Amino acid sequence: MTNRNVHRNLWIGFFVLPGLFLVGLFIILPLFLSLVNSAFAWEGIERRAFVGLDNFASIFSRFPYQKRFFNAVRNNLVWFTGTMLLQNSTGLLFGFLISKRIRGYRLYKSVFFIPVIFSIVAVGFLWTLYLNPQLGIVNRTLKEIGLKRLALSWLGDTRLATPTIIAVNIWRWLGFPTLVFHAGINSIPEENLEAATLDGAGDWTMFWRVIFPLIMPSITIITVLTLIGSFNVFEQIYVMEGLAGGPYYSTDTLGTLFYRTAFGAVDTGIPQIGIGSAIGVVIYLLTFAASGISAVMLRRREVEM
Amino acid sequence: MILRMRFREAGLPGKTLYLFFELLLATYTVLILLPLVNMFLSSFKSTREIFSSPYALPREFRLDNYLQVWVRGRFGRYMLNSIAVTGLAMLLDLLLGSMAAFGIARYRYRLNTAIYLLFLSGIMLPLKAAVIPLFLLLKRLGLLNTTTSLVLVYAAMSLPSTVFILTGFMRGLPQDLDDAARIDGCSEPGIYWRVILPLVRPALAIVTIYNAIPIWNDFFFPLVFIQSDDLKTLPLGMTVFFGQYQTNWALLFTGLSIAILPMIALYLMLSKQFIQGLTAGAIK
Repeated sequence: MTNRNVHRNLWIGFFVLPGLFLVGLFIILPLFLSLVNSAFAWEGIERRAFVGLDNFASIFSRFPYQKRFFNAVRNNLVWFTGTMLLQNSTGLLFGFLISKRIRGYRLYKSVFFIPVIFSIVAVGFLWTLYLNPQLGIVNRTLKEIGLKRLALSWLGDTRLATPTIIAVNIWRWLGFPTLVFHAGINSIPEENLEAATLDGAGDWTMFWRVIFPLIMPSITIITVLTLIGSFNVFEQIYVMEGLAGGPYYSTDTLGTLFYRTAFGAVDTGIPQIGIGSAIGVVIYLLTFAASGISAVMLRRREVEM
Repeated sequence: MILRMRFREAGLPGKTLYLFFELLLATYTVLILLPLVNMFLSSFKSTREIFSSPYALPREFRLDNYLQVWVRGRFGRYMLNSIAVTGLAMLLDLLLGSMAAFGIARYRYRLNTAIYLLFLSGIMLPLKAAVIPLFLLLKRLGLLNTTTSLVLVYAAMSLPSTVFILTGFMRGLPQDLDDAARIDGCSEPGIYWRVILPLVRPALAIVTIYNAIPIWNDFFFPLVFIQSDDLKTLPLGMTVFFGQYQTNWALLFTGLSIAILPMIALYLMLSKQFIQGLTAGAIK
């Protein structure tokens, strides 16, 4: 190796290594270690014997972990489905309308994005106040306009709590898919739209036959982000219902269950690092597999531009 | 613009649908603005006034509530902590991220792609689920309950996307720039600092917003790493505050206003950059 090369490589190291060190120590190592930790028995924060897949077996088959685990997974799936159906489809419609320059589109574009920059904590608390069953402005307004029957206990009813928190989250986040889809539609080459118009395509045909296939990349990314977000819901529940995912675990998710298990708030009150790590690994695997699958499935339908 | 709405030419069903869509958009706009306006107005009321006349304007615009929340509710402290943590983490992220991107994008060598992929490996995975080993690691390093722990973890968390975005930008710059600078006797750090970095300034702005907003808003890591009240950031401090003043809605709405209004002000000044920055991960 020539002197100049050594010199150059030293500089490359100088530029790359500090960042790599930080990512290695605080991202890659912990990810790897949570896999390792899940294969051991733990006593408090002391690592004990190697137990293989026992911790995973506990989640899937031992009471109460199994019951809590499947309940949480179900809620995470409700989050994903609800968000896809309500938020992302509405976002697609709104993005389309804004791209069509519907009257007032400039205003909508900037207003819709406002709540996106708020913290989940602030949004959660704000709506906890508004949704208070007696004192909150939502129920007070409902009562005043004669819809007393709709003045429900939004966050206190086991059937309503999860949908209500999802709705609050959609309030915060709808602007995001809206503007991503808007950008996707705007990047469609003018020729494609022109050709369709010349062929006599109406708005409906134009949307489903031309625009929809061409914005598949945006749809893919939004779907993947929604999946990741849905499997990692935590703050929303913590702020609006507390760590136990009340009432009666009806809003419990993998995130809150993971936290309670790992930091000792489940049943025994002792941290269960082995089982907690196993839940963490499951969150990873689900996130990873789900986003991989949806990316592949949606990619297949992408149109080459 | 081909896509423009054609209201006049539309038939009756078309017009009805158009109006319905307008109504839908307007409804969501109101649904965003009304709660925010109500929050702001409530922050000037007393709790009794909030309950007795929730829709009315406040009887007087007193700043009492703000003073109380800022000092007794410790929002001044929490805000400073958030500024320090976000600022330091972003400085570290921008410095190390741009250096790494420079080292990846501006030199050709065998490990180039491997290093790039190593950085990217953290991009889509949620670090939250690895918080236990992270917690134990920080404990061993003696960094638990310090601002440093947050700064380091946030900087590390931001690096993958930073390297990704900046490498993309830096690869687009012509190689002649570096060569010309070298012939003029410029050192390698000089090329990085004086030639390349100024040229990717727009990308630095995108990276900053993309990472700083989630860091500013993050609640999870302070919840796990920070115990002492003096070190709490705004989102975590807010949960303490909400626990303490549960029934004092006047102060609660004031606290929310203090957390939310500066963000709105910042957004109104830089809305284009905010939208571009935050959607950067989802738009090519």
